[in-house]
Amino acid sequence: MMRLPKFEYFAPTTISTAVKLMGGAGMDGQFVAGGTDLYPNMKRRQQTPRVVIGLEGIAALKRISGDPLSAGLTIGAAVTLTELIENRKVRKYYPVVAEAARLISTPLLQNMGTIGGNLLLDTRCNYYDQNYEWRRGIHFCLKKDGDTCWVAPGSKICWAVQSSDEVPVMIALGAGVKLVSAKGERTIPVAELYTEFDGIRYHTKEHGELLTEIILPPTGHWRASYRKLRRRGSFDFPVLGVAACVWFEADDETVREARLVLGAIAPHAMRVPEAEGMLVGRPLDDASIHAAATAAHAIAKPLDNTDFLMYWRKEMVRPFVEAALKDLRHPRKS
Amino acid sequence: MSKTNPKPTRVVGKPYRKVDAAAKVMGLTKFADDLVRPRMLYCKILRSPVPHALIKKIETSQAEKLAGVVAVLTGQLLPIAYGILPVSEDEHALCIDKVRFVGDPVAAVAALDEDTAFEAMNAIEVEYEPLPSFSSIPESLSGPKSKGPAGNGDESESWRIHTYGESGNIHKVVALEFGDVEAGFREADRVREDVFFYEGSTHLPMEQHAALAEVDGDGKLCLWSSTQTPHYVHRALAKVLEMPGSRIRVIATPNGGGFGGKSDPFQHEMIVAKLALMTGRPVKVTLTREEVFYAHRGRHPVLMWVKTGVKKDGAITAMHFRTFLDGGAYGSYGVASTYYTGALQTVTYPIANYKFEGVRVFTNKPPCGPKRGHGTPQPRFALEVQLDKIAAELGIDPVTIRRDHLIQPNSLTANYLRVGSTGLAACIDKVVEASGFKKKFGKLPYGQGVGLACGSYLSGAGLPIYWNNMPHTGVQLRLDRQGGVCVMCGSIDIGQGSDSILAYIVAEVLGIDPFDIRVLTADTDLTPVDLGSYSSRVTLMSGNAALQAAERARDLLVQAFTEKYGVPVSRVAFADGRVFDVEKPEAGISFAQAVQLAETKFGTIGTVGSYTPPVSHGKYKGAGVGPSPAYSYTAAVAEVQVDPQTGIVRVDRIWIAHDVGKSINPALVMGQVEGSVYMGLGEALMEEMSYRGNRNTVHKFPSLLEYKSPTTLEMCDVKTFLIEDPDPQGPFGAKEVGQGPLLPVPPVIANAVYDAVGVRIDEIPITPDKVLAALRSKGEEHSPQEAGVTLGTREPHRYGPHTIPSFDWPDPVRVRTPWEGGDGKELLREAVHAKE
Repeated sequence: MMRLPKFEYFAPTTISTAVKLMGGAGMDGQFVAGGTDLYPNMKRRQQTPRVVIGLEGIAALKRISGDPLSAGLTIGAAVTLTELIENRKVRKYYPVVAEAARLISTPLLQNMGTIGGNLLLDTRCNYYDQNYEWRRGIHFCLKKDGDTCWVAPGSKICWAVQSSDEVPVMIALGAGVKLVSAKGERTIPVAELYTEFDGIRYHTKEHGELLTEIILPPTGHWRASYRKLRRRGSFDFPVLGVAACVWFEADDETVREARLVLGAIAPHAMRVPEAEGMLVGRPLDDASIHAAATAAHAIAKPLDNTDFLMYWRKEMVRPFVEAALKDLRHPRKS
Repeated sequence: MSKTNPKPTRVVGKPYRKVDAAAKVMGLTKFADDLVRPRMLYCKILRSPVPHALIKKIETSQAEKLAGVVAVLTGQLLPIAYGILPVSEDEHALCIDKVRFVGDPVAAVAALDEDTAFEAMNAIEVEYEPLPSFSSIPESLSGPKSKGPAGNGDESESWRIHTYGESGNIHKVVALEFGDVEAGFREADRVREDVFFYEGSTHLPMEQHAALAEVDGDGKLCLWSSTQTPHYVHRALAKVLEMPGSRIRVIATPNGGGFGGKSDPFQHEMIVAKLALMTGRPVKVTLTREEVFYAHRGRHPVLMWVKTGVKKDGAITAMHFRTFLDGGAYGSYGVASTYYTGALQTVTYPIANYKFEGVRVFTNKPPCGPKRGHGTPQPRFALEVQLDKIAAELGIDPVTIRRDHLIQPNSLTANYLRVGSTGLAACIDKVVEASGFKKKFGKLPYGQGVGLACGSYLSGAGLPIYWNNMPHTGVQLRLDRQGGVCVMCGSIDIGQGSDSILAYIVAEVLGIDPFDIRVLTADTDLTPVDLGSYSSRVTLMSGNAALQAAERARDLLVQAFTEKYGVPVSRVAFADGRVFDVEKPEAGISFAQAVQLAETKFGTIGTVGSYTPPVSHGKYKGAGVGPSPAYSYTAAVAEVQVDPQTGIVRVDRIWIAHDVGKSINPALVMGQVEGSVYMGLGEALMEEMSYRGNRNTVHKFPSLLEYKSPTTLEMCDVKTFLIEDPDPQGPFGAKEVGQGPLLPVPPVIANAVYDAVGVRIDEIPITPDKVLAALRSKGEEHSPQEAGVTLGTREPHRYGPHTIPSFDWPDPVRVRTPWEGGDGKELLREAVHAKE
């Protein structure tokens, strides 16, 4: 098997120690929670931090607290995906969050992988997620060690793909995240955690900042859904993710506000305002769903750097958006 | 020698656990990578990052200077070429002057630990001079034309991947004609041509290849390796290391899956052996998963053109089959693979006249070789799908067109393969009935469908890989006065249960518990030769050898027993660990006492058995590929769902019936059937060894995550039926099961997809984008011929290749069919030319 490069490992038990250690390590440091993303990347020499700061010993990062009916639910960033899937409050009040977690990788990796890790998942690309020797064979790529984006060789930016299942969901829900550093802390909407720049500078978190919490909005007259396209029923990253969240009028099924987010077709999750507009002011009928799916299909431009043909992935936007929206017509039984 | 045993059996035919099962489930089995020796060094292999280049310089001094590095090896020290087939010894342990694919080994290091070895590997600098590379069948066919070695002036000569072979980058061309296909087409009521493509795939064994070499105090070398063919590795090591075979010992460790991917002698085996000799210390290598993709030797991508003539009832008057194989960068088993793409078309439905033309090209990709079904799943896919199309054209249902035209038992095919038993009719009947095929075919709602397909496979290749007249396998049996029995055989258990088969057969004959038997296998110092776990040969061949050795041992015990107790030979029985008189069972003695009697009478009790397949009937050039002592038969029905919005195919269930002759252990037979269905399902729906031809021909995704193979969630329900029609050639009537059941799986899914949504996917894998493209296509003009007249009919919507490259096929080797009074020999070429 591939070997990890050598590194120094710290296991702090408090957030303040963790961020202090990161301050000391500077650019050589990296936080790790479940390690399901970082360690394979390190074996492939995509990231080679000399200092790794483990978060598993920090109890504060592993709590789920709050009241979904009033202020919303706060999820510690190091809560594992399995814990998320099994948590009663999450299942009852935020089934879409549990569902997206259930669709991530495999049950074994869900036991290790965390919600914070999934939100900060490195962007992925078939030219990048390869071992060192393979990448040397193509003279490396723009994202790491090279100067060409092999997906779009004329491109000045990296087209690695946003591949988290929870990111589109959290953006659709309008969740918030708390970031803590030695300098202080800030809470921002999830959507602001990401850039729309490229697959290298894909998030706005500063290097010294630690993602500590995810804040889910209170329940209300909204429903959300997530549909994932991938080759197999397990293991695979999405090659298309569709998250939809719709706020209904208080007394009927008229759509007051809608958010539709496409994942895994670009370096960032994409909101589709054109599609959202098609849904507002009317119930979720076949015509509005069809119009929204058409609008989403039009903006989706996946490239040839994941599994499946890019043309087919684009074609799948329509049926997957339709399915995600139809899921919202009636409350899910769970 | 071997015979069907009409007596009721006590072990054979019963679902005993495997003799090595407990160790496997407890994690006690020692695979090659589990082995650790004192003072052991770790080896890493530097591989080429370029697809085709001359090596100008290899600079190892930086690597040698690293603390902890003990040795660095380059190809100069191992100059002798080797290869599994004597006709294509084109591999070196490490490339000397040229690399031929991304992943070709160039240098190796041995170090005190793996990290140091890794660091040292990357400290080796290699200077390459790039050459044009060839990444596809058309590129290689239209590449350099020259036949000579490189360096004769024309620059394009160095573009040849190898300087042997037919010409340019064409490795092997085969052309055979049995009977007269043109006459056959003239007799036909309908003639149909189709083009198919079957993508390459790899074996994906759970265990990555690993090997450990050690030199003992008196200079003898021992290699432990996860190999399916310890005997061939032994031969290759002796050749490459220039050491007498008598001073080399090869022990095949239990394979964590093989499927054909561990059947070649490999570079890493030569490398650790040489490093052990150089350093005097044990050296181990374990390939990474990426390296296993580069070691490959998997399914050849094959482009096929098939022209078939049939009578109105579906009887095949003639078939002309052309195959184009993408061989990758080395010969491996490729010459045999090429023949296999044309060999077994004839063993299911009689083909009155048959012509086969095949060509294998070299490309700058990891070498292809034998994968489960070796060269036959591709043509079987084409044949079974085309037969389905012909049935539709003729208005015959898919069952009838097959069921009415089955090969007869004890017959010779057009290409002189001798079919003994065949249970194909029973197989078809079983799956058709169990699946309710006749009620479902053409009648399920849009999006659901059923299909039918059949297949047949060898129970062991009739000829060895290197020419010799010796037995293909041997068994030695040693009986101990304590009642212990040790079976020694060169065969290697790759998970299929071959160790257990030896124990079951010996236990059956000697009336003892199979779990009391010591099975000692795959050790060239301690066991007689077995050629290896390939071509589905082990149960039939080493089973026959074990049966012979056990019967000889029993005879000795019977003689001693009858002499002592005066019981007639015909009344001596062996059962429950006792030897007794069937007339007075209570008066017997224990098995151990019987051994003691025999040892007193004869001295140490040891017997041997061996097996040599019957002489094959074909005598023409190329007749060596295809003959087998017996052929297994399989029929399958699949029920699928196709989503017309996405093109996604979901296989709900496969009913499969396999004619295994006789199950030595029905649980293991079923396991093999289900495993074959699983592997076939992966090939049919998703697996692809694909490369980026425009990006240095790198493998697209050499990883278990991105090389898509089904998980348990994609696995369909399987309903397995075993058809037992004992074959006189097999031990207790047993035939093969390891490979044959894979064959009908890809075509049965293609045929079911057609029934579900009316589109023909003439290309494997059947991915959703292809199904969607076919659904959205406009349909194609097709021109079948009837009595010489071209009919303009509209074909169903389709996805697949349309043409094959033009190729200048040589005059075929011509052979008269048995029914033309042929004798299996080729007609003299001069005579053929004179006639024209």
